[in-house]
Amino acid sequence: MTPKTCFQIHPTDNVAVLLEDAAAGETVTVIGETTASVTLHEPIVYGHKVALKAIAAGDPVMKYGIRIGTATVDIQPGQTVHLHNCASDFDERSGQFDPHTGAAIDTAYH
Amino acid sequence: MNHDITWQGFLRPDGRKGIRNLVLVIYTVECAKFVAHQIAAGEDQTHVIGFPGCYDNPYAIRLMLALARHPNIGAALVVGLGCEFTRPAKLAEEIAKSGRPAEWFYIQEHGGTTTSIQKGKAILQDLRQQIHADAKRVPMTLADLVVGAECGGSDSTSGLAGNPVVGRFYDLLVDAGGSAVFEETVEMIGLRSIMLERAANESARQQLAHAYDKAEAYCRAVRQYSIAPGNFAGGLTTIEDKSMGAFVKGGTRPIQGTLKVAEAPPTPGLWILDSVPDDHFMQFGYTNPNDTEGIMDLIATGAHIILFITGRGSVIGAPIAPLIKITGNHKTYQRMQGDMDFNASVVLSGDSTMQQAGEALLQQVIGVARGELTKSEALGHREYFIMYKHQDAPALVDGCRV
Repeated sequence: MTPKTCFQIHPTDNVAVLLEDAAAGETVTVIGETTASVTLHEPIVYGHKVALKAIAAGDPVMKYGIRIGTATVDIQPGQTVHLHNCASDFDERSGQFDPHTGAAIDTAYH
Repeated sequence: MNHDITWQGFLRPDGRKGIRNLVLVIYTVECAKFVAHQIAAGEDQTHVIGFPGCYDNPYAIRLMLALARHPNIGAALVVGLGCEFTRPAKLAEEIAKSGRPAEWFYIQEHGGTTTSIQKGKAILQDLRQQIHADAKRVPMTLADLVVGAECGGSDSTSGLAGNPVVGRFYDLLVDAGGSAVFEETVEMIGLRSIMLERAANESARQQLAHAYDKAEAYCRAVRQYSIAPGNFAGGLTTIEDKSMGAFVKGGTRPIQGTLKVAEAPPTPGLWILDSVPDDHFMQFGYTNPNDTEGIMDLIATGAHIILFITGRGSVIGAPIAPLIKITGNHKTYQRMQGDMDFNASVVLSGDSTMQQAGEALLQQVIGVARGELTKSEALGHREYFIMYKHQDAPALVDGCRV
């Protein structure tokens, strides 16, 4: 079976996008800008991001060669990068969403 | 590849060339909506738009006029209830100035629902006969074409496949002398310097800077950025992440400047539509509500065809301009083949290069320009949305307001 892949868009990116669902412990080949691999700390689904390098809290998360947000906690290579550990530098509502479903959890329904 | 392709379009009296020959029914208040739709029901080549508000709005009037004078529209019927601010007679008068046959009436003056539907259908028959009798066929090429692009239901494949393929197609279209219009400046947040680097000249640079700064101020003011739960579920984390994925649909050619809603590109090339409300006494109003609202603004630039890029999948279509749905997500394409027109995921699976996919999309656009129906067109999707909004613009033609 050919290894699963993730796509790194720009050489300065510290994240890549999974092109298939992959499980914790799987080693995924990085395609696009570099040829490396990354071993996943946790399951990551198709379309979501994996950290290729360690990203310290407060450091920029880079994708497309631009800053797409700031790490809110220390992130290790192989961990997923999403709503729970990366926040927008613009959107004050960023971080108020369920990391799995994306549902808004900051709006009262009563 | 040979881009010297010609097909037969419809020449309008104002000199614009269309790829469809449609009659547009317009209602001027929600109270006239049912009758307007019943008039159009079962009628061939007849689309409906309308404005729900009773109090009139200059943006909505400009939008309706631009849609009625669209190159794909041959004639229009405007139906009002009779109490509303927006005046169907003035709309019909302005549409007629473009040489398109235009009629209007008030439901209150024609006895109510049943008789108004009968009257409307009789008018439609007459309008259709006129545009068929007057129809002048004329050769069209890519240089005559305006193509709009919008994304919705975005996921991370939109930025990897769907939008980059559109960007490649836009480069081909612009190189062939055509016009490309993309919008969603609220999805360019975080990209100010990247946008400005693309400006064709200093005036374009100033327009882009103004549009960007307004979009960012608008998002802060309404406390909403153009990112939704479905985007997060699809792997997009922040508005900046989504922005860059959206911006790549603009390809690589210089940006000629910004267009306001209802403005057509003054020269060919790549343009950004600024559909964000301008600040006024009611502040910005409410935020951009849905994909269809943006698509209406794009069609109002005179776009003959709309490309709609949707990673997660959408089923919408549009009146007036055929809508081509593109997905970069192979799961979405498999699951929603009945709705998706173009599978851009082939560039992620390695089955196609970006260039080949851009060329394939160009061929599909030419097919639609020649008359092939898109999936949403064949299914009868004609979603429209005209809202209250304020954009600064030259004064309205005298008399458009009560």
